Amino acid sequence: MPQARLAVVSYVIVGMIGLLLIGFWKLQVIDSDKYSQWADRNRIRSIPVIAPRGRMLDRDGRVLVDNYPSFSVLLLRDDPALVMKDLPLIAEGLGVPLNDLADQLDSTRELPKFQPIVIKPEATPADVAFIESHRSDIPLLEMLMVHRRRYLPNGFMAHTSGYVGEVSEKQIEDSNSKLRPGDFVGKSGLERQYNDMLQGTDGMRRVIVNSVGKEVDRLPTQEAIPGKQIQLTIDYDLQQVAEQSLGPRDGAVVALDPRTGEVLAMVSHPAADPNDFAVRISGKEWKDLNDDPDKPMLNRAIQAQLAPGSVFKIIMATAMLEDKVPPESFTAFCPGYATFYGRQFKCWVYGKSSHGTVDLHTAITKSCDIFFYNVGMRLGIDRISYYASHLGLGRRTGIDLPSEEPGLVPSEEWAQRVYHRKWYAGETISVAIGQGAVTATPLQLAKVIGGIAMGGIYKQPHLLKDAQNVGEERFQISESTVEKVTDGMYGVVNEAGGTASALKLTGIEFSGKSGTAQIIGYDLRSRLGKVKEFKDNSWFVGYAPRRTPEIVVSVLVQAGGHGSEAAGPVVRDVIKAYYDKKAKKFDGQVTADGKGYDPGKTAPPATALQPVLKQQTQPDAVPVRARAEVNPR
Amino acid sequence: MKDAPGTRDYDWWLIAILLAICTLGVIEIYSATQGSSLAGMHTKQIRWLALGFILMFVLSRLDYHLILDQAWILYLVGVVALVAVLIFGHTRFGAKRWLPLIGELFQVSELVKLIIIIWLARFFAEVRTDELSLRDLIKAGLLVALPLGLILKQPDLGTALVLMPLLVVGAFLGGLQWQHAAVITLAGALLVGSVFYPPVSKHILKPYQRERITSFLHPEEDAKGSGYQLLQSKIAVGSGGFWGKGFRNGTQNQLGYIPVRYSDFIMSAWAEEQGFKGVLIALGLYMALLLRLVQNAQRAKDRAGMFLVMGVAAALGFHVLVNVAMVIGAMPVTGIPLPLMSYGGSATLFVFLAIGLVMNVRIRRFVN
Repeated sequence: MPQARLAVVSYVIVGMIGLLLIGFWKLQVIDSDKYSQWADRNRIRSIPVIAPRGRMLDRDGRVLVDNYPSFSVLLLRDDPALVMKDLPLIAEGLGVPLNDLADQLDSTRELPKFQPIVIKPEATPADVAFIESHRSDIPLLEMLMVHRRRYLPNGFMAHTSGYVGEVSEKQIEDSNSKLRPGDFVGKSGLERQYNDMLQGTDGMRRVIVNSVGKEVDRLPTQEAIPGKQIQLTIDYDLQQVAEQSLGPRDGAVVALDPRTGEVLAMVSHPAADPNDFAVRISGKEWKDLNDDPDKPMLNRAIQAQLAPGSVFKIIMATAMLEDKVPPESFTAFCPGYATFYGRQFKCWVYGKSSHGTVDLHTAITKSCDIFFYNVGMRLGIDRISYYASHLGLGRRTGIDLPSEEPGLVPSEEWAQRVYHRKWYAGETISVAIGQGAVTATPLQLAKVIGGIAMGGIYKQPHLLKDAQNVGEERFQISESTVEKVTDGMYGVVNEAGGTASALKLTGIEFSGKSGTAQIIGYDLRSRLGKVKEFKDNSWFVGYAPRRTPEIVVSVLVQAGGHGSEAAGPVVRDVIKAYYDKKAKKFDGQVTADGKGYDPGKTAPPATALQPVLKQQTQPDAVPVRARAEVNPR
Repeated sequence: MKDAPGTRDYDWWLIAILLAICTLGVIEIYSATQGSSLAGMHTKQIRWLALGFILMFVLSRLDYHLILDQAWILYLVGVVALVAVLIFGHTRFGAKRWLPLIGELFQVSELVKLIIIIWLARFFAEVRTDELSLRDLIKAGLLVALPLGLILKQPDLGTALVLMPLLVVGAFLGGLQWQHAAVITLAGALLVGSVFYPPVSKHILKPYQRERITSFLHPEEDAKGSGYQLLQSKIAVGSGGFWGKGFRNGTQNQLGYIPVRYSDFIMSAWAEEQGFKGVLIALGLYMALLLRLVQNAQRAKDRAGMFLVMGVAAALGFHVLVNVAMVIGAMPVTGIPLPLMSYGGSATLFVFLAIGLVMNVRIRRFVN
């Protein structure tokens, strides 16, 4: 009997059991927590309860941007083999192209498998039926109720409100895991600016499932915290008038109250309908929008940096009066042209008539270029630049919107820094009438003109009503300067021969300045003939009343031709609407539905808080059971 | 001839240990399957256990020498049965392992295990030298390789592998020389290595077996299920902690996350519900069982008896090792059940018949 060897076998047995026990010890005692967590993850499914986004209201409490409930279709990716097998069926059943699905799966490959992906953001009733009927043989689909953004149709106030879209990978990284794939965040405009306030916090519904994903029990739900709604300074009625008055033309309208900086209306055309982005926009559509030469994605009110034309003369006038260069009594003779530095510069009336002898007031009301060429030559670019920048050009206004552009105020330093050359005196001549290198945005001009008329007090434009700490700049302008300049602007509209005399409004001290900014020079134009793309940009900045104005409206109509002809009437319409509404308000009546701008009709009385959006009917109650993700197999 | 041995010679300790293990098994089968579509399995298991006990006593009455005398015939029967099953056998889960008999399906390879134990016992008992000659070693190896190959063809890798420790332990106790042991170890290492080494294993293993190796090495890659099975088993075991989740409270096994929780992965379910303390008890009982067997072998009257008992010990020990190692994720999924705890007819009967042989040897230890 091999007793020794039998003993060896005994030891081997003991050793073997010992090793196994060590293995168990490691799992059950050392790593027990880790496995407990995994066990929970197996069986506890967390389904997000999507928080509704805060609404946007106008200054009177009317709803501008709202939400509506809708269902997204989720694809559960726990079982890759099953996904590949069922993908064609899913694509057909939901009407989603198979390639799109495959692409999506590919791009989300890196995500952990237990995270589902949204494959169809808006489920139709047919989709719901398909999913429900295939619950057992295609266990990969799940429905999530979400809130979708609803904007006013046809791009109404589109750039100002902005739009929401699916969060990008970079945004997820930056958010410190607050954001998940499939979340919707503001991408532009106010949606982006105030995203944190609007967004709300998603809640969580937790259910216990067995290994085939059947819900077996549920745990307490964490409620969603809805986003906060924001009230804007925008006045729906004025916005409506501005949108319609600008109409199909490319351009922008900005109306604000210079006493407070509140923006009453902001329009930019062309505009794309953000309701399209709120669901999902195809890659091609998005590319088309960005490549469109008319640039519908541009918010012209704050991003169009164009030469302001004669509107700039107001800044010139202010500079002249403050510096007393030339003195107040200066006059110039305008035969329709003048020669500076060996070159001939025309006045805009060249070929039609001439202004004759003009003083400052006439130069403003009739917008005489020759007068201001002289002023410019005498002031020099650095003084011009000084006033322009201090009065508000060449830098952002700081409005609460992303991606505002600063425009440009040229100077000798600028020429040196950017182009490494001297500033030529001849360029000053162009700048003096708002051409050449100087550019401004419609918002800037509103702020500048408004501020000058307010006597040198510049409130920061903003869109959030009751905002705290609204910035204020002051620039010292003497009382007599303000008087003379505002007189001039009053004359533009109200005096015979003023460039905008056709726009006069009875009973309203409508004042302002027109601008007709050339895109190409006269010579080039005469060679190319009248081509639309090269038609002048039409500007008009108007306000009322003539001192301490309540409203400033700045309008740009691209390729509109003369300032008073294209842009001017839009300004007039908005200011008139403002006063009409004011008058009606004192009667205790408020325009509630803004169906069409007709000041002659007495609007019916209405409650102040009324949604302007047509309430979409609730989709029929969809029997969505609290399904959870299928366990990985 | 002396009277047939009396009841007091039965190894009551062994029977007690057996009963204890069986009880744990029934408890856990009940807990894991109650409330599900598989409920009632524990009663079936009790029936098998009862039958097993009866067969064990029956087999113990027959003098083992008589059985050993028929070793070669039994060997032939085994080989024929294996061939028959390859030709006529019922296929289940893609493998041909079962032959119908008296209305039930029996796994032929279980019987063959028993036969090989018997045959090897006879073979090594007849070796007259203290040391096992190379010739004898090779002869034994070849004769084991035949049924092993036939089982492998079914395919049933797990059971085929069981024949290996039978040979190894038998040879070791039969006087295996060190140099031969070294060579065998080397060959074994090469074999194991080739099984794990893809370019070679392609030719030896079937795809699903290879895939089991892959998913064993990389369970997170979620390969078609067996990586998932190992992972789920570890989760169940680990989440049991020291004290376990309690009878009928094993969430992982209850909710179906552990596959075949009533048979192959019964230890996972037990570990989840009874915790480390429960595992300690179960493995303690198995260790007691195996050591008890060794003791019986030490006290056997003759070498043949010893080899018989140690063959049984080797088989049972191998089962326990491979199954439990799989449960903790230390070995790939093999389909080897846990003796006496796993639900299953053929496997349970095999254990009882094997223990019957052991009883057989024990009660005749004083007989001339």
